Amino acid sequence: MKKYVSRMIVLFTIAILFLSLPACGGDDQQAADFSKTKSIANDPNAGLSEFELENGIGPVKQKLELGPIDPKLVKKGGEIFNTKCLACHKLDERYVGPAQRDVLKRRTPEFVMNMMLNPIEMQEKHPVVKKLLAEYMTQMTNQNLSFDDARAILEYFREVGK
Amino acid sequence: MLNSQFKKWLMIGFPILSIMIFYFGCQQSKDAISGDVASQVYVAPGSYDEFYLFTSGGFNGQMGVYGLPSGRLFKNISVFSQNPETGYGYSEETKAMLMTSYGFIPWDDSHHPELSMTDGVPDGRFIFINGNNTPRVAKIDLRTFETTEIVEIPNSAGNHASPFVTENTEYIVASTRFSVPIPQADVPISTYKENFKGTISFIALDPKTEKMNLAFQIVVPGFNYDLSHAGKGPSHDWAFFTSYNSEQANTLLEINASRNDKDFIAAVNWKLAEKYVKEGKAKKMNTEYYHNYFDEKKHYAFSDIKKEVLVLDPKDCPGMIYYLPTPKSPHGVDVDPTGEYIVAGGKLATVIPVHSFSKMMKAIEEKQFDGEVDGIPILKYDAVVAGEVQNPGLGPLHTEFDGNGYAYTSCFVSSEVVKWKLGTWEVVDRIPVYYSIGHLNIPGGDSKKPWGKYVIALNKITKDRYLPTGPELTQSAQLIDISGEKMKMLLDFPTIGEPHYAQSIPADVIMKNSLKFYKIEENQHPYKTNGEKEARVERKGNNVHVYMTAIRSHFSPDNIEGIKVGDNVYFHVTNLEQDWDLPHGFTIKGMNNGEILIMPGQTKTILWKPTKVGVYPFYCTDFCSALHQEMQGYVRVSPAGSDVPLVYFTGSQDKK
Repeated sequence: MKKYVSRMIVLFTIAILFLSLPACGGDDQQAADFSKTKSIANDPNAGLSEFELENGIGPVKQKLELGPIDPKLVKKGGEIFNTKCLACHKLDERYVGPAQRDVLKRRTPEFVMNMMLNPIEMQEKHPVVKKLLAEYMTQMTNQNLSFDDARAILEYFREVGK
Repeated sequence: MLNSQFKKWLMIGFPILSIMIFYFGCQQSKDAISGDVASQVYVAPGSYDEFYLFTSGGFNGQMGVYGLPSGRLFKNISVFSQNPETGYGYSEETKAMLMTSYGFIPWDDSHHPELSMTDGVPDGRFIFINGNNTPRVAKIDLRTFETTEIVEIPNSAGNHASPFVTENTEYIVASTRFSVPIPQADVPISTYKENFKGTISFIALDPKTEKMNLAFQIVVPGFNYDLSHAGKGPSHDWAFFTSYNSEQANTLLEINASRNDKDFIAAVNWKLAEKYVKEGKAKKMNTEYYHNYFDEKKHYAFSDIKKEVLVLDPKDCPGMIYYLPTPKSPHGVDVDPTGEYIVAGGKLATVIPVHSFSKMMKAIEEKQFDGEVDGIPILKYDAVVAGEVQNPGLGPLHTEFDGNGYAYTSCFVSSEVVKWKLGTWEVVDRIPVYYSIGHLNIPGGDSKKPWGKYVIALNKITKDRYLPTGPELTQSAQLIDISGEKMKMLLDFPTIGEPHYAQSIPADVIMKNSLKFYKIEENQHPYKTNGEKEARVERKGNNVHVYMTAIRSHFSPDNIEGIKVGDNVYFHVTNLEQDWDLPHGFTIKGMNNGEILIMPGQTKTILWKPTKVGVYPFYCTDFCSALHQEMQGYVRVSPAGSDVPLVYFTGSQDKK
């Protein structure tokens, strides 16, 4: 009996020591949660709305009213395309990225706008763009286009894709 | 029986004892690890520091940028020295920045960073720094953290008391540590007393163009002018310069310049000097000096060669300059936030003398003079001194202020920072530093409104403080908390180069204006390639111009043939990226010049002179993407006079 009591006391002591261990370390651990990843678990739409699936993720959140092709805007868009995009996109051949002449036959104008304006998030989240990244291997760079710049390039695509 | 009693005691006592030991042990380690010293300097990964600290690079000629309170190094800004990392001073665009009347000088000794001020408070627009050896003053734009202007100072040697600014950065000052013949002449050194002079220069900063212009110089007696600070508030119109070697020794100054009981602080009324210049009292002196500036739109530096300078002689300009006698070879001169007290660091003195601006004005009015030197009246010491700090420590050098009525003085010989009270002059605290402190800095500590949270000790010697690295050891800064009554040592951190002097400023004043990239449409570089369509190679005689683009992750063109031994090949590389933190680097095998690091939206040019036949790979040096290793190309170099045609392409030979 005595032996049993003494064993109990020793065990109890060890248990207390163990229990108090994490409490001791607790304060110095400056909650180290730097991960910002959100899991999009097995959702076939990858957590995207129907609109986003069709038109991409980014600043364009509703359908655009395009109107007739504006030649002035086409010219401006062509110039910006040549400076900032042509290094990776040709009109008629696969290069670093896909050929662009027929892009509006493949994607909606809103999708093209969102891809130009928000390429990083599109590559992270949109299933269509993820597939493109897997195929082309090179990440599309963010060229920090303004909305007006992207709109002008869209006009250029409308013209060259006619 | 006794034995079992003992066992019983042991059985109850042991657990209690062990719990107690553990509990107190735990308390102790908690204090040691997360005590407030560690947490005061801990900046969590991904978080920003509260202050920027700009340290001079000393004899590396550059400027360091650190964060406070962490002591983390962010950047080494290229100023007076070539930088092989960025191509500064190697690239065609930046060579002009290092031009002087003595030719191309790829090095200097930089001592004092000084933030631009508005209404006596650092405004975060610019930081200036002096080149000591070949007298120059540089301006760094704090939008880009790049050197954008360098003015050479003629009629000067050892530009030490520089580049301190007036209350609204009307002027940036410069002066001669070493007196020399002015104008320079071939004379015996022993004629020092008759032929050698000093100068004090005022560089104006144009409020509109923000460009520097050497407005005028004042010729002063041939002493060694050491440090300076401008007045503020009531003393706004004045600037103060310490001098030593009033003995005018030209050999063994260690002994010969330490004889006089008192040397001088020169008080210069720059407002009046400006008026005399407007009235035409300045004489035009022929000279030669360079004014170099970087055009941010053209991404190119230019040099203007100036041929004359306006010079004022104190003899023609009454009331412009007075001497304040100050004990024993004073070093620093620092003006308190109210603009009333002028503190001198008498490095060989046993006291810190403090002059009063209001007493000085009264003494001038009452003509309390004690002789003159070359037409400059000497004011009586007792008529200008406000008080002396007794027994401050050995070798007091520099003083900064916390804005709460206290001053902090560095003591070189006794390796300590001494805190004392303005007005009563009593020492209230002292803290040892490791070792041999020169300057010290408090954020805004030389301004009207210091952010008096820390003092940074800038130490010359570190001996046993860090892991040894052979005979050459790092120099260091130390961060001290001054928010309480007692100073508290927080952190040691090594610095690149000698952190001679430093200035610091709250990060939010600067970071909101920080440029992320250069807009490609605003790039007016004469050799810009406006998109890959324009990428090309042009031959003009022996000169070959490669108009090249870089974007993740290829160059265009990336195959070039038809280059010949003896050609001067200029690679003009335009970085087409338009995103933050995406520079590309460029170099080629056998490059006998340097690499270039091209920021997004920028064009840079590097000259290559191939000397041997062969095929030379070039590549991107700055890891830019997952396909960075693929970012490469080849140049074929043929013998001089060969008829290999000039061909260039990317992707396929038939489509250029």
